[in-house]
Amino acid sequence: MSATMDPADGAYVASVARVDGPPAILLDKVNKWYGAMHVLRDINLSVAQGERVVVCGPSGSGKSTMIRCINRLEQHQEGRIVVDGIELSDDLRSLDAIRREVGMVFQSFNLFPHLTILENCTLAPIWVRRMPKKEAEALAMEYLTRVKIPEQAGKYPGQLSGGQQQRVAIARALCMKPKIMLFDEPTSALDPEMIKEVLDTMVMLADTGMTMICVTHEMGFARQVADRVVFMDRGEIVESGVPEQMFNDPKTDRLRTFLSQVLRGH
Amino acid sequence: MADIAAEATAPRPVEDAAVGPRRAPITVVGPVAWARANLFSSWISTAVTLALAYLIVRWTLGFIDWAFVNAIWSVPVTNGQAQTQACRALNGAGACWAVVTEKHRFMLFGTYPYEEHWRPAICVLLFIGLYIVSAMRRFWRPALALVWLVTLAVIGVLMWGGVFGLSYVPQERWGGLPITLILATFGIALAFPLSILVALGRRSRMPAIKMLCVLYVELIRGVPLISLLFMASVMFPLFLPEGMNIDKLLRAQIAIILFAAAYLAEVVRGGLQALPRGQYEAADALGLSYWQKTGFIILPQALRLVIPPLVNTFIGFFKDTSLVLIIGIFDLLTAGKTAIVEPAWQGFGIEVYVTVGLIYFIFCFAMSRYSQNLEAELNRHRVR
Repeated sequence: MSATMDPADGAYVASVARVDGPPAILLDKVNKWYGAMHVLRDINLSVAQGERVVVCGPSGSGKSTMIRCINRLEQHQEGRIVVDGIELSDDLRSLDAIRREVGMVFQSFNLFPHLTILENCTLAPIWVRRMPKKEAEALAMEYLTRVKIPEQAGKYPGQLSGGQQQRVAIARALCMKPKIMLFDEPTSALDPEMIKEVLDTMVMLADTGMTMICVTHEMGFARQVADRVVFMDRGEIVESGVPEQMFNDPKTDRLRTFLSQVLRGH
Repeated sequence: MADIAAEATAPRPVEDAAVGPRRAPITVVGPVAWARANLFSSWISTAVTLALAYLIVRWTLGFIDWAFVNAIWSVPVTNGQAQTQACRALNGAGACWAVVTEKHRFMLFGTYPYEEHWRPAICVLLFIGLYIVSAMRRFWRPALALVWLVTLAVIGVLMWGGVFGLSYVPQERWGGLPITLILATFGIALAFPLSILVALGRRSRMPAIKMLCVLYVELIRGVPLISLLFMASVMFPLFLPEGMNIDKLLRAQIAIILFAAAYLAEVVRGGLQALPRGQYEAADALGLSYWQKTGFIILPQALRLVIPPLVNTFIGFFKDTSLVLIIGIFDLLTAGKTAIVEPAWQGFGIEVYVTVGLIYFIFCFAMSRYSQNLEAELNRHRVR
């Protein structure tokens, strides 16, 4: 993939530098079925450390299923998934290790409504990372400050707006100090005026060099931060490449159709 | 800039009065408006209102006549024999509360030795104190378990005796309210945790555990409590080795715990299923272990959701403890029933049952009110 790219492009050279070393995430011929339905077909994807990948595609194309396989919220049936050098298997210890290193942000936020914002952020560091409470709280406040809502720490999720909740969800995932962040349509459940605040938070996170896989329809975000865009349709990866090339010069009809629909929608 | 600030701070009383919220007109709020909207909105509703008002007033006056005006509160006792002629002469026009005055000790404590009645009385007070302390959220901490253990141990010592100079009272002589409270308290306190385990087990991915829990729930739910009590009292001893004997009350208690747990497990399972899947997934994605996820995320939310059906079941079981009468255990209801066996008091069942019913009602109503408060308090986070 990297061989096809233009080395004269400055931004691209920077991302090549990051591609060195073992991949953060490797999907090797991954297949998954729901009953008789073949939802993931021979997915091959390698994400380098520090790489930002945006996954797009029509609904039902398997993009959410794919990233949910990476931390095993869904189980794949064939192929290999290697995260941070650890292969996903039935061994619970390897699963725990992977989940500690992989943070996830959901479409529907999934904050714990009975806990305060601060408790939402400190629960996992305290119990999974065995961090002292004071330290976990300081860390949580640091991340809440970074997503610009430290003043909400004592409130409950139900008292916050959707955009604020999603930023808390990002802070909660970051409190585990993950090496990889997965975003599953993080802005799809938000009102238009709140999408920007969440995207800004994600751009900021991208600037820190975090490895990110993001399922989203926000093409502006893809152009701004993605090193690579992966287009999925009907359970397979149809096309992938740098955003400019993908958006300006789609190779397949399927991507062309999809882009025209998405752009019309905006 | 300066004049904008000046304008903003300048008093504008006339305008404020004009745009500020006005009080609603008297025809929309207030008791008259309420009555018109709810009681007399049409000629049908007016007729129903008047008819019901007439019946309510008539029945209330009739009850007051029976229970208070014409009632007899005590009767003379000669040679240890109550003289109930006055009561009989009423011919049902008034209540004969004398039966309660005369027999209240027996109704409350059954055949427990008369001079020792202070012991079960203290036990009842200890139980009530235990409920009150446990109901206060500020006492919800691990030490509360210790308080329970100590209180229950003290209650055991008081009831049985045989130590500290207390005379020994065999379990067969216990009776009345303490029995009801013992069965209900132990029944609910032990059935509840068991039911949580069963509910979790029923949703387990391990087929053996899941099947065991399903089997338990379906078997126990499929038979009447009475048959379980019979089995506990008649059949169970047959399986025990020769010479070994387990207390009859304990056997009934175990039957009640197992029965209650099966029902409660289904209630708890309802709460587990009502939680959005996202909560499980978020906990998984954060790397929480099964028990951390269950203890911190799932149960606190699931149990809050099912407080109303949970308390409904608790109240049901509080009253179901009265079924132990069929295996000869002397609970509150049985004691009341036995109190009117004496020829002098025959025919005064209503007064006794009203009294016993009132005692049950006080406990059940307290549970109901408490659960409503608890629900409101625990779900405060849902309010924006």
